[in-house]
Amino acid sequence: MSLHEPDSRPLLLGGPALGLRLIVLALISAGLMVADHRHHQLAVIRDWLSAAVYPFQWAVQAPLAAWTATRESLSSRSRIEADNVRLAADNFVLRLKLMRFESLEQENQRLRAARESTARVVERTLVAEIVRVDLDPFRQRVLVNKGTGDGVFRGQAALDANGIFGQVTRAGPISAELILISDPEHAIPVQVNRTGARSIALGTGRSGLLSLPYLPQNADVVVGDLLVSSGLGGVYPPGYPVGRITTVKRDTGQPLLSVEAEPLAALDRDPEVLLVWFDSGVVEPEPEPEAPASPAQAE
Amino acid sequence: MIGTRRTRTNIGWPRIAGITLLALVASVAPLPDWLDLMRPDFVALIVLWFSLLSPRLTGLGHAWGAGLALDAFRGVLLGQHALSLIVIAYVAAKLRLQIRAFPPLQQSAVILALLFLNEFLQFWIDGVAGHPVTDWRRWLAVPVGAACWPLVVGFCTRFAARR
Repeated sequence: MSLHEPDSRPLLLGGPALGLRLIVLALISAGLMVADHRHHQLAVIRDWLSAAVYPFQWAVQAPLAAWTATRESLSSRSRIEADNVRLAADNFVLRLKLMRFESLEQENQRLRAARESTARVVERTLVAEIVRVDLDPFRQRVLVNKGTGDGVFRGQAALDANGIFGQVTRAGPISAELILISDPEHAIPVQVNRTGARSIALGTGRSGLLSLPYLPQNADVVVGDLLVSSGLGGVYPPGYPVGRITTVKRDTGQPLLSVEAEPLAALDRDPEVLLVWFDSGVVEPEPEPEAPASPAQAE
Repeated sequence: MIGTRRTRTNIGWPRIAGITLLALVASVAPLPDWLDLMRPDFVALIVLWFSLLSPRLTGLGHAWGAGLALDAFRGVLLGQHALSLIVIAYVAAKLRLQIRAFPPLQQSAVILALLFLNEFLQFWIDGVAGHPVTDWRRWLAVPVGAACWPLVVGFCTRFAARR
């Protein structure tokens, strides 16, 4: 390459000076951030932006998805047979449970009707595949391949086969962003299944850990207790498993217990999640002094 | 290193867009968790490369646009990366002639400082917006990014010089 290649660019920068541009662009950025954060005025723009970048995000994970699919289709016959046997056994057990479940559900509905309260059961579900892109290593967010076009809405609950997964924070036309229950900005109202004690489980930023900081010293919780969603706040359907208590630390110098739980949903391994619709109904006004029933909030 | 070899500075817009898109894709491509933690900020690196090469080529508009695209890709606050990237692009453009004359190691050190400034602005905006990430591992990406600088320069130079 010659040192004296012809260069037709103007010698001086056209337009305003660099410093002025910096200030103008910085002000626009700050304005955007405030509008986005404080007022959510950019919701429409954000939705369309998410639709515009979705093809790229999809393309990024396409090779990985193709590899997984190929590996699965080439997996050996013996493994598939073993899977089949296991699934048949699982199915048998689940059907046995279901037999009792149907009669219990009937009974529950009769009792609820007698009390004139709504049952709030899941009415409709939609399977959404998780798009394998790494959004941010320090936030527990994932992208799924269903959007408002499929009826997905902001604040919709997502479950997997083992428990509650998270909720929708942003629903674009063809994709949606989910916040997991383990995100540090997420809180979910829960109930200890054994005793019925209500509390709130906060995310910690680590996928295998929830923290329950609002249980009083005399609360009856032990390691191994199952936490289910209490349904307060109306975001999550009540009665679905959330996690299992892993540690209970009683420090008598502290007013509150330090309790940790492990989410039951496979937050970092799920290939797909279940988005649910249910009649959230009215939140029953039950006074709860030690655990204020704030709704699970995302932003 | 930038400056040690003469690089074409009149790169067409398709190539600029191509490099930017590659950097965006590299910043969300699925990686194992431990690698994801120390993923360098590729978009910041290429923005620095363009700013050092010639601020006339792309100006701050490119840095701003790439930042907005990164915000959209990662689903964070709109304008967050845009702001931090125009700041480092501005500093790099102002000190361009000095930085280009530095020996390789010193150049990487300056890049380290600029990447740190970028990450610090992110950290600060995260805090102001009410979701601080105080995990020390978020700073891992800064030295890794500085270590990747020679590779980024080599790649971009080749990509830009191809006819």
